[in-house]
Amino acid sequence: MTTAAPPRPATGRPHRAAGRRAARWPAWRAFLLLTLPMVAGLFLFKYVAIGWGFLLSFNDARGTIALGDWNGLENYRRLLGDPAFTRSLVTILLFTLFIVPVTFALSLGLAVLVNRLRGGRAFFRTTFFIPAAVSYVVGALVWKMSLFSGTPSGVANSLAYLLGYEDSIGWVATVDPPLYWIVLVTVRLWLQTGFYMILFLAGIQQIPAQLYEAARVDGAESEGRLFRHITWPMLRNTSVAVVLLLIINAFQAFDEFYNILASNLSGLGGADGRTPLIYLFQTALGEQNYGAGSAGAFVVTVLIVVFTLLQGRLAGFGRTAEEEG
Amino acid sequence: MRKRHLGSYAAVIVFAVPFLLPFYLLVRNALMSKRELGSLDWHWWPETISFQGFADAFGNEAVPLAHALWNSTLISAISAPLSTLLASMAGYALARIPVAASKPTFFFVIATMMVPGAATFIPTFVVVGSLGGVNTMWGLIVPGLFSAFAVLLFRGFYLRFPRELEDAGRVDGLGYLGLYGRLALPNSGALFASLGILSFIEHWNAFLWPLVIGQDPEFWTVQVALSTNLNQQAVNMPALFAGALVAILPLVALFLIAQRWIVRGVLLTGIKG
Repeated sequence: MTTAAPPRPATGRPHRAAGRRAARWPAWRAFLLLTLPMVAGLFLFKYVAIGWGFLLSFNDARGTIALGDWNGLENYRRLLGDPAFTRSLVTILLFTLFIVPVTFALSLGLAVLVNRLRGGRAFFRTTFFIPAAVSYVVGALVWKMSLFSGTPSGVANSLAYLLGYEDSIGWVATVDPPLYWIVLVTVRLWLQTGFYMILFLAGIQQIPAQLYEAARVDGAESEGRLFRHITWPMLRNTSVAVVLLLIINAFQAFDEFYNILASNLSGLGGADGRTPLIYLFQTALGEQNYGAGSAGAFVVTVLIVVFTLLQGRLAGFGRTAEEEG
Repeated sequence: MRKRHLGSYAAVIVFAVPFLLPFYLLVRNALMSKRELGSLDWHWWPETISFQGFADAFGNEAVPLAHALWNSTLISAISAPLSTLLASMAGYALARIPVAASKPTFFFVIATMMVPGAATFIPTFVVVGSLGGVNTMWGLIVPGLFSAFAVLLFRGFYLRFPRELEDAGRVDGLGYLGLYGRLALPNSGALFASLGILSFIEHWNAFLWPLVIGQDPEFWTVQVALSTNLNQQAVNMPALFAGALVAILPLVALFLIAQRWIVRGVLLTGIKG
């Protein structure tokens, strides 16, 4: 598994073996020098970390990261029995179900729209892409303190006032109806849409123009039909990749939930918008319960893997339906 | 035809406005006085431009913003070129040096891509913590230097590297290290720049890992400092937005200057699914 194995000393045929060995040694040396930093880093921070974490998840490791106090499946049992953890799983499932289709539709729509422009394409592409330069912390800050602030001068409340709602709305604090979802979904939408729009735009630009011309000759004139019969099927691979990335990223949401709902997290009331990662953060860093934290990390990992496999499966079914139909 | 184009422009402008709105809010709020930003009425633009927010943001001793900016600069400026170089080295060796360990090493590297990054932050914290990496600069930097995915991209690039160039180098007496250092690396500038810039952005905007490892204010990054400002009991609003504006300026500038490379990097990294 490691690259540290030296070339096998060929005993018995000294002369030829020595010659071959001399010729191979520079290659081995170069290979070791070039790969060793990466292999050592991945070994320590991935393999050792994950292995240690896995063992730790079967230990009662509170306030310690040492192994030895084995408690079997107790961490997993307690974790899955904790309503706060199962609630965090429901939260992230709901969030994923919202954010994935909305981002997908908006980024694809913007890509089609920008691609149709004759002039100013670069300007609008930059306009939609540049939020990707902003961190989730800054996005959360603007959303919580200005766009959706609970004061009458917040942007959303000023708009609501124009539409006739006199009372200012506490967007982040209101649980019933759960308006904080609007805040959480729109901030991520703003931050990530441009990235996926770039992927779709590149996909669209790779579609040969002859396909569209041929379709027009065959009588497919309307934009809608051209999109359904050419653009959409040709973007299949891009679409599958985008959905996959969107799901993986949504499942690992932390930054915006942590920063927008911080006062709720410390138990001051309001929505319990803990995502699994925030729950794990509090378990491991707050309570110093590294056993339960590690167990949770593996539960989340398994869920992500299952979800992405499921998506691959669904995408596979989509293809067969397409081919048959 | 003309009508269709007018429609496209109308639609694209309707979408562009909300995308630009948050930038406008950042600038407006950063330049307002505390009193004006705290008032109950809507103001399109500050009555008098105030830079007090910037002074307050940098003068706040509880949240050392200038130091946090320095930390973020240091972390990103070290991590971006170093992580890209390490990936390029490994990628070259895996693509071009024919030794028996090549294939197992390749699987060893790409197997790590199956585990999603953020879910492993606790196991990684356990390892880094046991090595004494909490509240250290290396604890913030080193775990983020190893990207299997970047190795994969560089390997793909070097597999397509022209063999004639290498043969010419061999004739000139270059060994594998020479071929890499004198030929392969200098000829992978475009890929290096794209992945390096993406890595810079990622490290500048990272929040979870710096929050976990840099607990002491001395090791706060700019994102952790902003998050601390945001979640204080009494928030100084103009200072909050002034700090945020300063924090995004380097990356917004980078996006405007180097968009070509960033787009190329996004296309490379986005098609991994």
